[in-house]
Amino acid sequence: MKHRGGHRNQQCHRLRHHHNLALEIEIPRDARRIVLAGNPNTGKSVFFNALTGLYVDVSNYPGTTLEIAHSRLGDDVLIDTPGVYGISSFNDEERIARDIILAADVVLNVVNAVHLERDLFLTQQIIDTGVPVVVALNMADEASAHGIEIDTEKLSEMLGVPVIPTVAVKKQGFGAVKAALSRATPGKLTPGLVEKLREAANRVGQQGDALLILEGDDAVAERHGVEPGDEREEIYRRRRERVNELVAAVVREPGCESRFGAVLGRWMLRPLTGIPILLFTFFVMYQVIGVFIAQTVVDFTEDEIMAEMYEPLISGLVGRFIAEDSVIGVILIGEFGVLTMTVTYILGLLLPLIVGFYFFLALFEDSGYLPRIATLADRVLTGIGLNGKAVIPFILGFGCVTMATLTTRMLSTERERRIAIFLLGLAIPCSAQLAVIAGMLAGLGAAYLVMYVLVILIVFLVVGTVLNTIFSGTSTHLLIDLPPLRVPRLGNVLKKTGNKAFGFLREATPLFVIGAVLVSLMQLSGGLAAIQRAVAPVTVGWLNLPMETATAFIMGIVRRDFGAAGLLTLELTALQTVVALITITLFVPCIASVFIIFKERGWKDGILIWGGTWLIAFTVGGTVMQLSKVFGGDSDPDVALILAAFAGIGGVIVLFFRLIKCASGLKVPESAQAVKK
Amino acid sequence: MTLDLVKRGQSLTITNIPDALIRAQAIRFGIAEGETVLCAEVVPAGPIVISKNKQEIALGRGLARQITVDLGR
Repeated sequence: MKHRGGHRNQQCHRLRHHHNLALEIEIPRDARRIVLAGNPNTGKSVFFNALTGLYVDVSNYPGTTLEIAHSRLGDDVLIDTPGVYGISSFNDEERIARDIILAADVVLNVVNAVHLERDLFLTQQIIDTGVPVVVALNMADEASAHGIEIDTEKLSEMLGVPVIPTVAVKKQGFGAVKAALSRATPGKLTPGLVEKLREAANRVGQQGDALLILEGDDAVAERHGVEPGDEREEIYRRRRERVNELVAAVVREPGCESRFGAVLGRWMLRPLTGIPILLFTFFVMYQVIGVFIAQTVVDFTEDEIMAEMYEPLISGLVGRFIAEDSVIGVILIGEFGVLTMTVTYILGLLLPLIVGFYFFLALFEDSGYLPRIATLADRVLTGIGLNGKAVIPFILGFGCVTMATLTTRMLSTERERRIAIFLLGLAIPCSAQLAVIAGMLAGLGAAYLVMYVLVILIVFLVVGTVLNTIFSGTSTHLLIDLPPLRVPRLGNVLKKTGNKAFGFLREATPLFVIGAVLVSLMQLSGGLAAIQRAVAPVTVGWLNLPMETATAFIMGIVRRDFGAAGLLTLELTALQTVVALITITLFVPCIASVFIIFKERGWKDGILIWGGTWLIAFTVGGTVMQLSKVFGGDSDPDVALILAAFAGIGGVIVLFFRLIKCASGLKVPESAQAVKK
Repeated sequence: MTLDLVKRGQSLTITNIPDALIRAQAIRFGIAEGETVLCAEVVPAGPIVISKNKQEIALGRGLARQITVDLGR
């Protein structure tokens, strides 16, 4: 296995020396590997941050995009794991959690006191691996607020490991947790497992690996060169029974009480109330990001700070040493200068917007709203061969398409990943681009806004339906946990926002620089003008846009918002603006996304997706423009008629593909049939 | 009958989940064959939400169609 995330070459043993683990973390010789594990939504991240303070290292787990945080904790090392419901091979998160836990010296298992029935399954599974465990019974305050009483001593006795009540957000119980880590012991196994495990452990040498092999984990079995067992079902069932027994013995809770959170949670699921709530949420997002940040804040940062103060300063400074019209001068401080335009775009325009988007995303995640949106959206998404879970990459796509493309790994089948990645690359504008688009649409009036949104939506649905029709196989169904709604903790939300915004800058800046240099070079060599003339039949003839629009598209190949921002300087009519925005939205995703798409999907799909976006973008843009000429002309187009005609064309395309599919005698996927009914 | 035909507020016992992988995931959520659960919500033409104590999970309609349940207890 290849080394990743190169660390200093120090004389110390590393976690990867454990044969299970490829993660490279420096661990001093006598330090214990303390692993933080738990279900999603247990407050695990708060725990990690509070226990370790500021000095956190993040490593990319080889072969995945998941980042694993680790830090020194006194003389030991604390390693975080992704939130999972159990350890096995159901997805990347589980595989990573499994490997890190199997290599642990001590596991600090954070459980949500309100959800013991769910959370203790993982606890019992970790205990069954034979590793010493400390259980932090987190959200103890919330449990008592619900009237839930938990007999901690009895739970500790029955599990056979220390159980410490904590309130992570208030830093209560941390001292006791740290103290308990030194007296962590292996706990009591699931009944009936002792003999089985002993026998299996004799064969492979380790109880944890033996357990996973018995549970039919292919990857672990392969490492030992043995056949995976077929006892998962039996072991899971016994473990579940044991957990139910534990809960019955230690938890006392009052009958149902109706809380506002529970009621609101229901409303979010029912279309009649859920759709308005969702629309309202998006409206608030638009007001904050599209109006307040994109206009007020960006006006200040982009114009007043960057354009009026920073750019003259840097131009003057560089101009003293290098002639402004020399090649290097143009590259550094010219129209598309690396030190002028690029810095202004990144810090003045993008940064405030990115922070806004990640802030809302963190709110969605921490409040428990995200899985409810998934449930609500499930019906629509089954029509395009996905399930409700895909709403998560799509929403993330509005933040950053690159990041969203990576999260499509959470989808269960190759087929779903293919459809989702295609649609992400095609029809989801990322936050940076969306911000520019929102700014440009804001001045045009409601009719054009509706036109833009509906055209993109129709393209999304038509292309999704067609892909669902032509790809073979069927998609999986939704199965998702709905955690209780809660008010997100501001500190946690801000921390997430900050981390993600920083990560974005780190990822985007080099690509911006490459793009700016390329465009400057083309401008210098006269290539830009040549390309503008060469593609004039498409830009001028078919799309009815000025010749200079080509520059925006060339910039758009590098980054989508680059392209959209390139339109800002052009003199366009309202209709031209909308058509240009539609085209640039559907046009190729940014270079970073394209790299990821090729990596994730291979050459064939990569070319299909990249080429497909070119074709669809110009076809749709031109069609809308030509329809506008028919319905009312350039100056006063009839938006309703244009949209109706456009939707009609989309419908015909869908029918056409359905007919081909039927004619070729192939089975139409089940989810597509459901929509037809 | 199957889970997709259940109405909101009905209590039901899960008798059969045919897919082994789904079965394993459901057990982790505390919703195994033989468990009695409550139908907390039915999204029209969409997922079914079932709850047991404070645990709630949403199942897609296509999945609910494959799961056999008994009403009442």
